[in-house]
Amino acid sequence: MTTTQRQVQAAEGIVDSAKMTLLNRLTRVQAMQIVLILAVIVVIFSVMAPDSFLTTFNLRSIVVNTSIFAVLGVGATLVIITAGIDLSIGSVLVFSSVVGSQAMAAMGVEGWGAASVGAVVSIGAGLMWGLFNGVLVAKAKVPAFIVTLATMGIALGLAQVITGGIDLYEIPTVLVDTVGFGNVFGEVPTLTVIAALVVVLGSILLHRTRFGLFTYAVGSNPEACRRVGINVDRQLIGVYGISGACAGIAGILSVAFFQQTTIGGNSMTALTVIAGVVIGGTSLFGGIGTIFGTVIGLLIPTTLQSGFIIIGVQSYWQSVVVGIFLIGAVYIDGVRRARMQRGTGRKPKHLQIGGVRIGVQQKEE
Amino acid sequence: MSLLKARDIVRTYGQVVALDGADFDVEEGQVTALIGDNGAGKSTLIKILAGTEEPESGEIEFMGEKVTLNSPAKARELGIETVYQDLALCPHLDAVSNLYLGREVMRGGLMGALGFMNRKVMRQGSIDAFNDLGATVRVLSEPVGTMSGGQKQGIAVARSASWASKIIFLDEPTAALGVVQTANVLKLIKRVRDKGIGVVLISHSMPEVLQVSDTVQVLRRGKRVATYKTADTSLEELVATMTGALDEEAA
Repeated sequence: MTTTQRQVQAAEGIVDSAKMTLLNRLTRVQAMQIVLILAVIVVIFSVMAPDSFLTTFNLRSIVVNTSIFAVLGVGATLVIITAGIDLSIGSVLVFSSVVGSQAMAAMGVEGWGAASVGAVVSIGAGLMWGLFNGVLVAKAKVPAFIVTLATMGIALGLAQVITGGIDLYEIPTVLVDTVGFGNVFGEVPTLTVIAALVVVLGSILLHRTRFGLFTYAVGSNPEACRRVGINVDRQLIGVYGISGACAGIAGILSVAFFQQTTIGGNSMTALTVIAGVVIGGTSLFGGIGTIFGTVIGLLIPTTLQSGFIIIGVQSYWQSVVVGIFLIGAVYIDGVRRARMQRGTGRKPKHLQIGGVRIGVQQKEE
Repeated sequence: MSLLKARDIVRTYGQVVALDGADFDVEEGQVTALIGDNGAGKSTLIKILAGTEEPESGEIEFMGEKVTLNSPAKARELGIETVYQDLALCPHLDAVSNLYLGREVMRGGLMGALGFMNRKVMRQGSIDAFNDLGATVRVLSEPVGTMSGGQKQGIAVARSASWASKIIFLDEPTAALGVVQTANVLKLIKRVRDKGIGVVLISHSMPEVLQVSDTVQVLRRGKRVATYKTADTSLEELVATMTGALDEEAA
């Protein structure tokens, strides 16, 4: 092809994404593959246990069990897109629910007044932890992996110090009856509606606003961002702040659902959520990911668990299957990144997760 | 017209004298080639003129007025853009987002205040910019990481060219490119020049320099040792000046 031909093609042949068909765009979304996997899982369980799996009761419990994780997943997705990591979300959830519960107790436990103050305190506490993480990551340049590993311990430790390690049970009845177990529009759990709202707002923020674009950009090439004048530090602090605030929201939801704080019950929460985020197609190395994918990635473990119980397989198999999915997802991500590296003509940089360099260096093609 | 005049610029890194009283001139609507052997101080000079490094002494005049270029933002404000060798693109973002990175067009009113961007305007602006410069970008929605080296270079140059109102610095823009891609980038450079922008081209390729530049300025050991009109010089003369086989300050 001659250069003049190329020139003509360039002038007339620019493909505009807005003109691509909906189907075309849908199949391009990485998360669609994971939707197919979830669909296959649902079909298998439905065929094996047609009378008990596809019931409103069962589907409702799957969705409810995923809701709190999904709220955490919104923040975790943003953080991981920046090539960071937030291990502290489970502990921040506990801390937020503890101080939220204390605030409600101080307000006399019962009534909407106490409940709303509890919610505000809980979300505020989560936000503070997130901002604290963000400042340490962005300004002090401590690797995110270490910062959030430390705050994971500190937040849980402080929650235990405050309560003496004993869970708090004084939760407003209105909160439990409406948010914890209430329904809206007939059969739809309020808890899920709130989680869905957080997911939708998070998706709009990530996919439609400049804040979202900067989140991807910072994860993709922070140096490029600095050169064009983007405040990378502020962006990171904002993203970790959102992750903390999500943990705060999850904290008050968790208190409403379990009717108590869950000090001992969240040691695996952060890892479960991060696994869901990664299975959902978000790259641990930054720059790629969707919140939609995260929700699907989180639905898979809960669906498996429920399905295994129903068909009479030990539900412990769920961890095994999820582990396999996790390895598969990271493998596919690696292949995808290698493809993207083509033609850069320079040495690939060391891969980092949450600021910690991992051993492999990707080979140049 | 002279856009930029740098006089007697000194910059040292510890014991190393990178620039030892260097001069440099950029003219409107001309391609100025900046050449020199490794370590002659080319990169340092560009960094100083792009605002990423500050000189220890010396004066910079921009359009007849003395200026202090103490930050990249300040240089950009004046209409000076730089395309670095590593391009500084975000590989996971599409061409439109990269072109407008850090200068997004926001929507009006409340939506804009909430952080929503006007993607329609940015998309059209990108199509115009790429067509205008003949950059071989064909798909706007693909991540630029999947594109060829030439296309990436095209995006990086188009980005700087669409924001640079006065001067654009190109640091080895063809170093990693093949023959066809290099030809495209050189064509692009001429188009940018024809818009009236002063283009500064750093290159190690003498044939390329002779092909696109209007004047050539030679740095050696941190000093400008010669300025030639491209039409009046030859490959032999340039190489001789660069290496110091010939010492003169030509007009």
